[in-house]
Amino acid sequence: MTMDFTPTPSQTVGPYLHLGLTDARSILRVAGDGAKGERVWLTFRVLDGEGVPVPDAMIEVWQADSEGNYAHHDAAEENAAFRGFGRLATEEDGSCTFETIKPGCVPGPGEAVQAPHINVSILGRGILKRLSTRLYFGGEPANATDPVLALVPGNRRATLLARPDPARSDNWILDVHLRGKSETVFFDV
Amino acid sequence: MSSSLISAKGKHPGESVIPFRRHEPGTQPDSFYPAYRATRLRAPSQPLILLPHTLSEVTGPVFGHSNIHPNDQDLTVQHAGEPLGERIIVRGRVLDGDGRAVSNSLIEIWQANAAGRYAHAKDDHPAPLDPNFTGTGRTLTDKDGFYSFVTVKPGAYPWRNHDNAWRPAHIHFSLFGPAFVTRLITQMYFPGDPLFAFDPILQSIPDERARQRLVSKFDLETTKPEWALGYRFDIVLRGRESTPFER
Repeated sequence: MTMDFTPTPSQTVGPYLHLGLTDARSILRVAGDGAKGERVWLTFRVLDGEGVPVPDAMIEVWQADSEGNYAHHDAAEENAAFRGFGRLATEEDGSCTFETIKPGCVPGPGEAVQAPHINVSILGRGILKRLSTRLYFGGEPANATDPVLALVPGNRRATLLARPDPARSDNWILDVHLRGKSETVFFDV
Repeated sequence: MSSSLISAKGKHPGESVIPFRRHEPGTQPDSFYPAYRATRLRAPSQPLILLPHTLSEVTGPVFGHSNIHPNDQDLTVQHAGEPLGERIIVRGRVLDGDGRAVSNSLIEIWQANAAGRYAHAKDDHPAPLDPNFTGTGRTLTDKDGFYSFVTVKPGAYPWRNHDNAWRPAHIHFSLFGPAFVTRLITQMYFPGDPLFAFDPILQSIPDERARQRLVSKFDLETTKPEWALGYRFDIVLRGRESTPFER
């Protein structure tokens, strides 16, 4: 009998995701004390098609270190200097905040160089398959030549650019609009 | 330490990036599926932008044994007493799109108790909580991609999606696989459940054969005499393109 290796379909994470994934398994610190680089905080705020905060979503982040390298060691290790991975459930106001360092530039595709970015997954009730987007740092000169931003229509590019918190310049904020007029750009990865 | 990092400083940037295969149409759920009411405000309306795979997409977090406790794969021994309900064993294999084992890869599960109630503050279904059941498990696949959990069969439960809406019994599964793009969150169902036809979450997958992939099979080989019924649930994660990426 020939086996069929079509990938298993996705299903929503549902409203009780916390039980399995974040109550005891959150990872807030993407980079620990020993990690080199510019320390930053990333605040995501998830909003639905009517602009209402989504209090039962989960955000996962995956990023390179300050030199543009992706970590390949245990992401759940408490003392890891640099995990590269984080995940948090959103609060009642739809937001969650990670502590990390600003990533370096990452190569590819081809000879191109990618601007510093965070790879982001959004999961939640009503989200049947993971949504993927990226966070870029607003005002970063390398954004101008980033090959992925170049794929995004100019009038929607701003949805991927985090802005510094006026009260705290090391805290970057990105609103993620799941649907609607200001809808965030999501990628088919 | 630097040997455990994927270098960004290769002489030929991007040359080691082998992309992952894209999904066949119909084999994954539609994001916007109005019968599942919550998608109406939470599914994007704009088309997704196709992203060529770079180091960012073909790498992903690695999880070791450091945070896995022996009781994490047996949900019936996590409290002072045994949970109520029908004890079951769920066993299966995680494979990639070429049928190769995905070894040492994290699987996390969570589920309702036998009465159909989650140990979660926001679940207000008037069914009893079980002080001996949390409903959370995790494990790593072995070198051949196999995993197993001991648990109790979860109950069906009502939800407010539409009039008289009930979710078929299911266990939530979360898997990472080797890359950012292999991340999978899904649900495992039980064979022959009469609620399948009425469940918009399962029905959001257009292809009937793809839906059947989420239904576990009763497995006599996994079943332990005088102790527990066994169910088999194999999971396939995306595989890579066969030819290396050419610039």
